[in-house]
Amino acid sequence: MTDALAVEGLVKRFGGLTATDGVSLTLRPGEIHALIGPNGAGKSTLIGQIAGTIRPDAGRVMLAGEDVTRLDAAARARRGLGRSFQVSSLAGPLSARRNVMVAVQGREGRVFGFWTPVRRDRALVGPAEAALARVGLAGRADVPAAELSHGERRLLEVACALALKPRALLLDEPMAGLGAEGTEALGSLLDELRTEAPILLVEHDMDAVFRLADRISVLVYGRIIASGSADAIRGDPEVRAAYLGDAA
Amino acid sequence: MSEAAIPAPPRAGLSREGWTNLVLLALLGGAGVLFAAMDEPFFVNLASRVAILAMAGVGLNLALGYGGMVSFGHAAFFGLGGYVAGIAAFHAFDRSLFMGWPVAIGGTDAMPAIWPIAMGVSALAALAIGALSLRTSGVYFIMITLAFAQMIYYFAISWPAYGGEDGLSIYVRNSFPGVDVYDPLQFFALCFGALLVALGVTARLTAARFGAALAMARLNETRLATAGIRPFPVRLAAFVISAAITGWAGALFADLNGFVSPTMLSWPMSGELIVFCILGGVGRLCGPVAGAAAFVLLEHFVGGVTERWQLVLGLILLGAVLFARGGIVGALAGRARHD
Repeated sequence: MTDALAVEGLVKRFGGLTATDGVSLTLRPGEIHALIGPNGAGKSTLIGQIAGTIRPDAGRVMLAGEDVTRLDAAARARRGLGRSFQVSSLAGPLSARRNVMVAVQGREGRVFGFWTPVRRDRALVGPAEAALARVGLAGRADVPAAELSHGERRLLEVACALALKPRALLLDEPMAGLGAEGTEALGSLLDELRTEAPILLVEHDMDAVFRLADRISVLVYGRIIASGSADAIRGDPEVRAAYLGDAA
Repeated sequence: MSEAAIPAPPRAGLSREGWTNLVLLALLGGAGVLFAAMDEPFFVNLASRVAILAMAGVGLNLALGYGGMVSFGHAAFFGLGGYVAGIAAFHAFDRSLFMGWPVAIGGTDAMPAIWPIAMGVSALAALAIGALSLRTSGVYFIMITLAFAQMIYYFAISWPAYGGEDGLSIYVRNSFPGVDVYDPLQFFALCFGALLVALGVTARLTAARFGAALAMARLNETRLATAGIRPFPVRLAAFVISAAITGWAGALFADLNGFVSPTMLSWPMSGELIVFCILGGVGRLCGPVAGAAAFVLLEHFVGGVTERWQLVLGLILLGAVLFARGGIVGALAGRARHD
């Protein structure tokens, strides 16, 4: 089966610093692939290159078998690459529903409607509310994003990504700043979601990572030093030395 | 920007902003009719001036307020619209040709023909200017739109065929079927009708999918791209429509004054259009109507007392920016609501 997402030999240099140093990884249908690594390992740079906001110096990004390396972020999103951000990136003054509706609009590909008001457009409102219900924000649809709690904003980001009907999801630290309960709830949601769209998960919460991930890749100084099942990573001496320390 | 943060309460009928808009428009329309009934053509023309300037501001507001594109060059479109009206009238008056090759194009004095041309010329100019300017943002965008407008301004000054620096007189006001354009009230009705059309179009556009994408381009362009929508075409389309509306207003302005000159293309004109928006309420449907009305009233009444009326304007503008970000409409209708 074709990988939902494949990264081949990605290289990105910033001046003398090689932030991404020949990274290759795959995301198979139905899996959660966690990407972990210490701060400054180049995780966000890698995610940016996969999402299309950062242009790599070398290498390829394949989405469902199609080379998307030269496409911009919007084109990749239209091809089914959903994304959430490390720092919530929403339109604060707009309601949660409106935030999700824009994602539905992008998926439908009808951007230039000039006449029908969106609030009466069932094709937008329906799927947006379904996505909100999916993450448990159905009751908060009318609240401006800026007034949602931190945890709710993280969920809203996931709802926006879901509204794209993605074929692959890039989630950049979706659990950052969530309490124990929030982590739990989002964890079980991601657990369900993997069958709809495989997830490349960047996360610092090691408990969540080891509980959820089918595979884990460890990124240190722009290189993947180890990749394998949770057990294999837990036992890998190089990983322990480089990253997990005594904690694991 | 005082973006909203109040959840929309469910309500039937008009919102507070809807009522505010209705009252503002009723005041303007009523003023025109009232002054006509009092046989005060000067004041009817003043109301026409407000309607036309408001319309130019409504055009700019689509780019500035709804799209977050601070264009300091909208006088270019206002002036282009004016010159279309002026040049068409000039050739209609002396029965000469605007161009003889490859197709012969003469003048016309019919507003229904002049308006689409004015909009088309402005839109084309905006397409070229926007395609280049929208690759920048912030201060650079402000400066590059100013630079383009100045280029057109100096071109108009140095082109003697249509009066150059002295401008071009429209000896016979352009006509509209079934309307006596020399009757101040009927001319006002034309201007007011055009303003209502511009407002209606803006209201529909901004509430539709295009408006949703445009709002997201202003609020969070990364989010828009993440949703699979490229911000650039959305912004460019808004910029072009915005210029077309302002160009239409320019054609009316030339007819109101019976005169078009490079002043309409100058950067102080661009500044005035921005002032209408900021004073009245940026990104509010009738903000430019309130802003233009306040501006013209100040210009007339304070300007009648002292030549330094712009000092008063400056103070009021300062107050609006510092203490009432929503402008006049914001003060009357509260913060903008997004449902």
